[in-house]
Amino acid sequence: MSLRLHGISKISNGETHIYATDLELQKGTMNVLLGPTSSGKTSLMRLMAGLDRPDTGKVFWDNVDVTKKRVQDRDISMVYQQFVNYPSMTVYDNIASPLKLQKKSAAEIDAKVQEMAELLKLTSILDRKPNEISGGQQQRCAMARALAKDVGLVLMDEPLANLDYKLREELRLEIPRLFDASGSIFVYATTEPEEALLLGGNTATLWNGRVTQYGKAMDVYRNPVDETTARVYSDPPMNFVSVQKDGAVVHFPNGQTTILNDDLARLPNGEYRAGFRAHHLEMSDGQSDAVEFAAKLIVTELTGSDTYIHVNARDERWIGLIPGLQTFEVGQVLKISLDPKNIFFFDKDKKLVASPNHEPEKSGA
Amino acid sequence: MEKTVNQRAWLLVLPVLVLVAFSSIIPMMTVVNYSFQDSFGENIFFWVGLEWYQELLRSERLWDALGRQLLFSFIILMIEIPLGILVALSMPKKGISASICLVLMSLPLLIPYNVVGTIWQVFGRADIGLLGRTLSDLGISYNYSQNAFDAWVTVIIMDVWHWTSLVALLAYAGLRSIPKPYYQAAMIDQASRWNVFRYIELPKMRGVLMIAILLRFMDSFMIYTEPFVLTGGGPGNATTFLSIDLVKMALGQFDLGPAAAFSLMYFLVILLISYVFYTVMITIDKDEAKQ
Repeated sequence: MSLRLHGISKISNGETHIYATDLELQKGTMNVLLGPTSSGKTSLMRLMAGLDRPDTGKVFWDNVDVTKKRVQDRDISMVYQQFVNYPSMTVYDNIASPLKLQKKSAAEIDAKVQEMAELLKLTSILDRKPNEISGGQQQRCAMARALAKDVGLVLMDEPLANLDYKLREELRLEIPRLFDASGSIFVYATTEPEEALLLGGNTATLWNGRVTQYGKAMDVYRNPVDETTARVYSDPPMNFVSVQKDGAVVHFPNGQTTILNDDLARLPNGEYRAGFRAHHLEMSDGQSDAVEFAAKLIVTELTGSDTYIHVNARDERWIGLIPGLQTFEVGQVLKISLDPKNIFFFDKDKKLVASPNHEPEKSGA
Repeated sequence: MEKTVNQRAWLLVLPVLVLVAFSSIIPMMTVVNYSFQDSFGENIFFWVGLEWYQELLRSERLWDALGRQLLFSFIILMIEIPLGILVALSMPKKGISASICLVLMSLPLLIPYNVVGTIWQVFGRADIGLLGRTLSDLGISYNYSQNAFDAWVTVIIMDVWHWTSLVALLAYAGLRSIPKPYYQAAMIDQASRWNVFRYIELPKMRGVLMIAILLRFMDSFMIYTEPFVLTGGGPGNATTFLSIDLVKMALGQFDLGPAAAFSLMYFLVILLISYVFYTVMITIDKDEAKQ
């Protein structure tokens, strides 16, 4: 089983929602669509599901062209950000509804409903109606309904976005378990990089209707192909600064320099963009090999265990994550530093040329 | 902190008290007064106790009018609610055509009752009315001023023509508030059109439909102008519904006492039926939630 998108695009009202996209999802994989709001995650899912027809390109299911197949005849199910259940049916009937429509026998339906209820901890509320159970339970019910059908493709469109923090964490831990139990292709849309890393599997990063990169979650995180992907796959977004490379020396705008290793030194000289994630920005301790900056503090956000600092370093606006609860004054000039080991280098076309761990693999994409 | 006593606050509620007293309480109490007294003119009144009430409850006149009224309200609810839902379901969902539809649907609601009555009165006349003349030319006997059945049909059609759009607009608002994912989920489940209606649209429209039923019931239960303009309650007493009967009694015969007793009972009946209806709907809702 596999789902292959071949050059599909979607334009509506003169606005391009999805640019020509190729993507191949394999059986039994977890695929996370990661991107900010209105980056095309939902549009792409709707095309996968067949709720929308692509304007160009084809959708293949096991190498069979299903582009023109109606959504009713496809082997899919979907979970939405809203909690979608039949309002007048009990949880039991809700889970059973797709099975009934498939004309399964009563015994078969009952066994499946019980199994799903067990898996999603709904057993004790099977006889209740959606409007008298909590939001988390409603979403569990919707997931049970989606998974009861045993379909080849399960689409989850930000299923946890409408839940409060605690429920979100609780349910997020269960999704990999559900996925393991199903053996289907899972597609999961989210705006949070953390969620993409937690769910693992593959990540496709989206930006303005384009899939900027698709690969193993860790690979994409460690080697984002371009600045956009790096920005999307960092929370808060990756910080950038323009630097001049001259031989093995990199000049930062404030006059600081760092020496590159031999591999990187071979890159052509000129202007590069240095990118680094928030948690790599540190309070300067005068360490010799770190690059130091003086930055003016704009905002601090306390998370309870850490402090986010928003700073202006010359023309750049950066966000840093500093351990511990810090009591800085807004407007104060902080001495911050960056270990050059943690820097991503992007060329003028915003493509990655070097990542902190190793250089990006050569690929045609 | 010590509590401040400020009696001046009463001044602020005074305008409302005065307004409500003159617009509701005093007229209502006058009616209550009349219902326990008899008068032979010249503002001389005699206390008669519950006599008018007993007389009315024994008279067939009230019961006949009540029966006609209940039948009428039942028929128009049975027509207007399903028809309104059907119209709402077939209305366009967005764009300019939806706006045009909404404007057209609200037009009948803007026409005053007596105008609706007059329109149909003329429209249905056998001598000059387009409808009446056409029907008689086709050989169908139709005459609302002589045939009780024809008069009923005309009043019902009038009401359906006038008020179905209210039900349609309410149902439309209910339908529009259903998030799209519900329809998509149903589509993915391979649910039929009927199932989508039965298990998504109908439960989601429940609230507005309850309001529609309540509004249409109360309004139709008080119908006066249309049958009055059409036949004045005739032929015979065929379309003499409760309000028409009441006005005949109060103004036609100037029986102020019985008419006052009649209005109070009329008021209580509407209140009672609406209360029962509302309570039943709420209980069903709760029961459904409990199951």
